[in-house]
Amino acid sequence: MNDMTIPNPDQATRVPPPAPLGMLAELTHRCPLSCPYCSNPVELDKRSGELDTETWKRVFSEAAAMGVLHLHLSGGEPTARKDIVELTAHAVKVGLYTNLITSGIGVAREKLEELADAGLDHVQLSIQDALPDNADKIAGLKGAHEKKRVFAGWVLELGLPLTINAVIHRGNIENIEALVSMALEFGARRVEIAHSQYYGWALENRDMLMPTREQVMRAAATVDRLREELEGKLVIDAVVPDYYARRPKPCVGGWGKQSLNVTPQGKVLPCHAAETIEHLQFDYVTEKSLSEIWAHGSAFEAYRGTSWMKEPCTSCPRKEIDFGGCRCQALAITGDPRNADPACSLSPFHAKITSLAMKSAAKEGTDYIYRRFGARPGAARVEITRNNAPV
Amino acid sequence: MTDVASTATPKLPRGVRLRRDEVRDEWLLLAPERVLKPDAIAVKVLELCDGVRTVEGIVDELAAAYAAPREQIETDVKKMLEDLANKRVLDLA
Ligand code: SF4
Ligand code: SF4
Repeated sequence: MNDMTIPNPDQATRVPPPAPLGMLAELTHRCPLSCPYCSNPVELDKRSGELDTETWKRVFSEAAAMGVLHLHLSGGEPTARKDIVELTAHAVKVGLYTNLITSGIGVAREKLEELADAGLDHVQLSIQDALPDNADKIAGLKGAHEKKRVFAGWVLELGLPLTINAVIHRGNIENIEALVSMALEFGARRVEIAHSQYYGWALENRDMLMPTREQVMRAAATVDRLREELEGKLVIDAVVPDYYARRPKPCVGGWGKQSLNVTPQGKVLPCHAAETIEHLQFDYVTEKSLSEIWAHGSAFEAYRGTSWMKEPCTSCPRKEIDFGGCRCQALAITGDPRNADPACSLSPFHAKITSLAMKSAAKEGTDYIYRRFGARPGAARVEITRNNAPV
Repeated sequence: MTDVASTATPKLPRGVRLRRDEVRDEWLLLAPERVLKPDAIAVKVLELCDGVRTVEGIVDELAAAYAAPREQIETDVKKMLEDLANKRVLDLA
């Protein structure tokens, strides 16, 4: 039995793409927390523009019919939607595997019980650190950590499987072992040690988040050791940090190949950061069917397959493996989304990303710019421009 | 490592689902962030993992169904169950 990769890696660009495996439904951008590493866009969607219940249900039905297997109910905080139980029940009914990605804050026990009764398959709970005070500081809310502990207890009592997700950055990277112990203590079967990716709010905060190369190396060794020690008890999945890598990750498993994202307003994205590529045109579920957008949407076609690539990717034997890495990162650092992800050491911009990382890592302090509605959009632009400047 | 006892009664925990995928025309085992592709025999084994049957019982049933040497089947089944338990997609208890 093998972990499945999408069948048919040799699909040409224009023939209908294989069905997506997963869909991330960003039900709302509202969230009681304000994590500085949040990958949500700096300009958050407002509640007034959110899709209504019936539209989400239709989208879930369409997704299931297309072949989507996993549905990630996310946000923001998905339980901030009043119709979360109804939406979950519908997703279960149409055969989707439902995963609730939650902060655990502001969710009443009764609500969680209703979700369990509706057939929710899995809960993924974020924790910010193993040290409660620091965790609360990162989340931007006092007492948040303790509430999460209580929430995790309810998840177990209700017999739901739990994954703990910890986004790793300078402010908690030394506590990975304690984070993993905490995941065990919370009763998780799986933990994600996910190094912060620098999009959205995280890019704003890069100087406050970036660890040093030594920290990253030590963290990787710790994860390897723990994975071995805890085999059969806890599954540890790690998202490796990009900026110090030699080869990029296959971002979202390949653009328009395995997964899609729907924003609170119904915009369909190939990856959650795709909106940073400003010349792309995105379709809305309110205007077209999901399958039409997936198969023919111009944003999906833009970087699907390999024909859009430039050197060094065009002639690289890894091009069907990592698909040239992340388009958004290529744009943010090199100015052209068709370039190889600068995380790749074959990219002429590789030295730049390494030096950006080292410069950010050398900064002191954790004076986070907290994620919130209408916060400093002007500052955001300045920050991004600076990234594009030669280093 | 997990040693699979013959008396264990394996079952798929909540959050792991064996399902027929009509779009791709194949069997899938869905788990958190994972899609596993069981072959025909693995599907047969998984269908028997109901938390009531013992590993021993499952092996007996398969040996009868496939007219294959029991020992061979036992090794294969235990190996598979152990592998799935290590991935936390199967409960052995
Ligand atoms: S990362 Fe933090 S702020 Fe962003 S949606 Fe998740 S919990 Fe909310
Ligand atoms: S050159 Fe392009 S395809 Fe090759 S490893 Fe680097 S990013 Fe991947």
